[in-house]
Parts: sequence; structure tokens; C-alpha cells
Amino acid sequence: MAAESFEKNVDRALADAQLRKNFAFAMGNFILKRKAVFSDTEETERLRTLGNAIKQRALSRLPDLLVQLEAACTRNGIRVHWAETPAVANRIVLETIESHAGTRVVKGKSMVSEEMHLNAFLGTHGIEAVETDLGEFIIQLAGETPSHIIVPAIHKNKMQIAKIFHDKIPGAPYTEDVAELTAIARRTLRRKFYEAGIGLSGVNFAVAETGTLCLVENEGNGRLCTTVPPVHIAVMGLEKVVEKLDDLPPLLRLLTGSATGQLVTTYVNLITSPRRTGEKDGPTEVHLVILDNGRSRIYQDPELRQTLQCVRCGTCLNHCPVYTRIGGHAYGFVYPGPIGKILTPQVEGLEKAGELAFASSLCGACEEVCPVKIPIASLLRRLRDESYSGEPQGIVPGRGCKQNLAERLAWKSWAFLNTHPRLNRMVTSLLGMAGDYLPPAGPLERWMRYRTEPEFARKGLHRRAKEEGIADE
Amino acid sequence: MIPEPSKPSRVYFFGTCLIDSFYPDAGLAAIRLIEREGVRVIFPADQSCCGQPAYNSGFPAEARAVARRQIQALREDIPVVVPSGSCAGMMKHHYPTLFAGDKDLPQAQAFSERVFEWSEFMARVLGVQYEDRGEPLRVTWHSSCHALREMQVIEHSKRLLRQLKNVELVELTKEHECCGFGGTFSIKQPAISGAMVNDKVDDIQRTGADRVIAGDCGCLLNITGAGGQRGLPFAGQHLAEFIWERINGG
Repeated sequence: MAAESFEKNVDRALADAQLRKNFAFAMGNFILKRKAVFSDTEETERLRTLGNAIKQRALSRLPDLLVQLEAACTRNGIRVHWAETPAVANRIVLETIESHAGTRVVKGKSMVSEEMHLNAFLGTHGIEAVETDLGEFIIQLAGETPSHIIVPAIHKNKMQIAKIFHDKIPGAPYTEDVAELTAIARRTLRRKFYEAGIGLSGVNFAVAETGTLCLVENEGNGRLCTTVPPVHIAVMGLEKVVEKLDDLPPLLRLLTGSATGQLVTTYVNLITSPRRTGEKDGPTEVHLVILDNGRSRIYQDPELRQTLQCVRCGTCLNHCPVYTRIGGHAYGFVYPGPIGKILTPQVEGLEKAGELAFASSLCGACEEVCPVKIPIASLLRRLRDESYSGEPQGIVPGRGCKQNLAERLAWKSWAFLNTHPRLNRMVTSLLGMAGDYLPPAGPLERWMRYRTEPEFARKGLHRRAKEEGIADE
Repeated sequence: MIPEPSKPSRVYFFGTCLIDSFYPDAGLAAIRLIEREGVRVIFPADQSCCGQPAYNSGFPAEARAVARRQIQALREDIPVVVPSGSCAGMMKHHYPTLFAGDKDLPQAQAFSERVFEWSEFMARVLGVQYEDRGEPLRVTWHSSCHALREMQVIEHSKRLLRQLKNVELVELTKEHECCGFGGTFSIKQPAISGAMVNDKVDDIQRTGADRVIAGDCGCLLNITGAGGQRGLPFAGQHLAEFIWERINGG
């Protein structure tokens, strides 16, 4: 997004005291919960190293694994579709629904479907897609988008949810009782599951060796979406493939522990085929739509490729001092937080989304907890370099879009000064004498919006060291 | 276990650009405290900045030029002691990346191995012991992100602080959270940075401490600047300057 619109979003978010309170409280809890299940630091470090190795190994063989996954799924009776863009993926989903004359879809939580803007697309074709994850259900009623990739309605408190239910669900009384609110959602959704001809879900991991789709969740809605309707469509980003079934236990431990601070989720679904002859339940058709949307481009660069290790646990959001203060919507794209800052500019291009890479103090809190050790700060720096780069080759769209003479000159002068010691000492001395009279403009004005003017020392360390007789060689 | 490096007879002191311009007393105190242990300190006049501002802003070529000049100014094979976790982290962990593919990569790598953050050097290499001669005082401690996560030296900083018997250390609630400085981040994203530093100031206020002690002057400039604008009474001080004051009865 352009710098101005991001700035506006940030100002709006920061001015919303309730929003900041909701986020600070919720993220604080997530941090504590994660800590409780990863209390053994050595063991956690070992596990993160293993998670990193599994994902790196899978990515190093990505094309082969995807072919293997397709073959294994096909053998199991799962129909595999390839989509280069969200538009193609939407088309595939629509055609599948239409081939069954379906009009109603129940959806489990899927960030890839958000990336496709699937609900809106299906709506324009007269198909109702109902979100069945409680958080997604709430924001769908409110007409909003997720503010977090794991807990999409985390920006709402129970009073806000009570009002949404009362306003949007026919016959729902106003209640702030959480159990009652959950019961209302359950009653409303139960009917939708029976009526839907199509169930749609995301995928947490796809196992190439066995053609298994692994899906974790806590509410049981995912299992209903993938077993009750006669047709199940799963959508996934192509980076979700792993080599073998043995990779799942450590990855699940890392994903669940990082995401919600649980040792295991209430439901772990392993889907390997449609209903087989003689089986009494399960969908008669299972489709897998594999989306690229820029991922194969990212894959080409060995450093940027690490972005694709992400398992979408959301713990980098929870630990991010920026996300915690501005919330998910301010980012203006589907994926917020640190992972959004590295992924979105690469997918959408630097012109549209490059500003996100600069919205970080590079504190490294995200990297410290990332279950697959994505070097987020380094990738942010890389995207900053790309934004100003004058070299023509490169895979990130919009490369060099931030180039401008003023900044280039400023950094060139800075470098000149800092490589010419005598001149640098003179300027430092000058600032020591006259620095307090600098006009509060430009960077200094932005600094002074929240702080007093920095006081230059009359004599800098260079001069003081010399005066005090400290050796200089 | 990594063996403790033996005590050198001479070290370089890299003063950092922020200390040079804003906190020379902290720099001098850090130098005096090293000398007090019988180690000769060399402060080459040709040093300037570690290069991090450009490195983090998308200008690696400019960062490299400045970094190269520092390696040249600090070329002798003796330890380089840096009174900042952030600048030390840049020199120790990022120089090898910055010089990838450059002819000076071997020099950059060899240089990075000689870099020590000041409190780590004092506690781990020199094994200093301090006697507190100051009046009872309540302080809090701010961990800079790079001292905490890149250099991982906070235990050493706190070990020094805890040697001061008359100093009561009250920890922050969110000690591991960034103060919002982030170098150019503070002026590129002023609103987010401002929200972060004001939360940090609130946390400091809650401790009731008279002073916030830190090992990084970037954080201090940020935190005391925000506290000052709100008219709050707490002061900020670099660990070295604080220790120098305490052992001299100040």
C-alpha cells in the first residue's frame, strides 16, 4: 500500500483506545500461553531447529514433492487442480460447485480463501458461502475481514459480538453471556451444515508421501465441513506440502504450541480419500486446489524462499510490538503482522505493499519465536534494499520503486562524512555548538512529535577523549 | 562451554556515533572502567559509525563503505569493545552478511570475531567486582532488543548492576518489548514508534524508579525524550556512566 494510506490506517488504529486495549490484552495472553507449553528452552530450540529443517528440506524439493502429492492424491481418489492465480482458483471452485448444482457452501477457516477473496466472488455468482469457524462467523456477520490469521475476530470484545449477533441473526436476543452466544452460533450453523452441498476447507499440511491433507482445529466445524456435505473442496498454498507423515508430529507440536499455546488441538483431521465403498459417511468427492499466487516466483530466490517456510501459526503477530498496537486491519492486506510484512510486498509488489517492510523497528521478537526460524528481520532488510535498488534484475515486483534523489543524496553525504574522519569530527563539533538551534523540520520534527529535542553534547567523545589523554593508537 | 577469553593487555574502544554526539560521559566512563582493570584503551580518532542506519534503511553500499572505514580504523588484532548492544550486534553479526561477495569479506569476518559488547567484556572477560559507594537508589533496567537477542548479553549487564549493593533493581513488566527506537524507524514511522515509547515510559513509571539504566544510548535518547516531553521526573543513564558514578560515591 502506498505510504499515505498506511499512515492513515495507523493513525486511525492508534486513536482507537478500545482496539488497542483488546489487542494488548489478547496478545499478552497468547504470549503467556505459548510460554507455558514451550517452557523447556533447550527442547524448544531443538524442536524449532527440526521444524526449520523439515520445511527447508521440503522446499528444496518443492517441484518434485508437488508432483508426488498430486500422484498420491489422485491414487487416493482426490482430484487435484492447479491454480496460478486467485482468479483461476476461484474459477475452479465455482465450476466444481456448479457441476453439483450447489448453491450453499460451508467453510472451515482458510487464509488462502481470504487471499482469493472467495466469498465475495461466490456471492457474485449467487452462491452463499458461510463461515463456520466462530471467529470467522462473527466477522462475516459484521462484514469485516480477519484481523488475525488464527483468531480473526480478536479485535472484538463480547459486548461488540453480542450486538452483532442481535442485529444480524434473526431472532437472536441480546446477550453478553458467552455460553449463550456460542449456543446461538451453534444453532445457526448446525442448520447450515445440513443444508450445504459443498464443504470448503484450508489445509495445514499436505503429505506428499501418502496424499494426506492434515487440518487442525478446535471447534469441530472443520470436521463437519469436510465430512457432512457430499463434496469437499480443500484449498492450499503450494508451500504447504511436506515430504512424509513422520514430519507431522513435530510440525503439529510447533504449530499448535505457537498458535494457541495448546499441546494438541481438539481436532486433528487427516483426510486421505473420499468415502470408500462400504463406508457410511464422508464426502463422495474430494477436490484439492493448489494455489501459486506468486509463491513459485518467491521460490526462485534462495533467501526470499524462506518466507515459504511459514506454517501460519500467527505467533509472530502475537509477539510483534507493532501488530499489538495497530491490529491486523491497519496493514490493509490479508496477512498482517511480521509474516504479512515479508509476504505481502513479495506477492503484491513493492509499489503497492512495500511500505509494510519499513513498519518495523527490527526488534527481532518475531524471529525469536518463529517455530520454523524464518529470519524475518533479515528478509525485511532485504525488501528495503529491493525498494531502493538500482540493479535491474531481481524477482520482487516493483524493485527500485522507492528510489529518489533526495534520499540517495542524504545517504551518500552520510557515508562521505562517516568515511572522512576529520570532516566528521568538525561537523560533530559544530553540531555540539549549534545543534540545539536546528529548526524542528523534517526528521527532527517527526522525532519531536513524541519527544523533546535531543541535546547535543557541547564536546563530543572524540574531543573529550583527546582532552583526557586517551591513546588514539 | 565456550572458554572464557583471557584478559588482553590492550583493547580498542568503539565509541558509537550516538555516544559521540549525545552521551560522551557514558563513553568516557566506559573507557575509565576498562582502564581501571589495568587494560590499556585505544580510541582511534578515525572511527565514526558502525553503519547500521544505512544498513537498515535499504542502503547497503553506503553502509559497507562506512563499515569498511571502521574495520580499517580498528585494524590491529585486539578486542573491540562497544558500549552498545545494537552497534556491537551490527559489527559482530551483520558485517559478515554486509560483506558477502566483497573482497574484504575475510577481514570483515575476522573483525567481527573481535567484537565485544561492553558489559559482556567487563563481566565475562575481565570478571570485574564493584563496590557501591552511592546512596540507596531505586532503578529499573531497559534491555535493548539487539543486546537481548543478537548479542545476548543482558545477563552480563545485570550481573554488573547487581554488584551495586545500595541499588534496588525493579524490573519492568514488559522488559523484553522494544522501546520503539529502531533508528530511522522512529522518524519513518513516528506514530507507531511514539505509541511504543509511550507504553515503555508508562512501564518505567509504574516501577517508581528514579532512573532507567540501559546499555544502549539509542534507547535512552528515545525513552528520556518521551519521558521529558510528558514532564516525567525519571532520568536515563548508560550502565557504564551509572557504575562509574556509584563506585566513586556519586
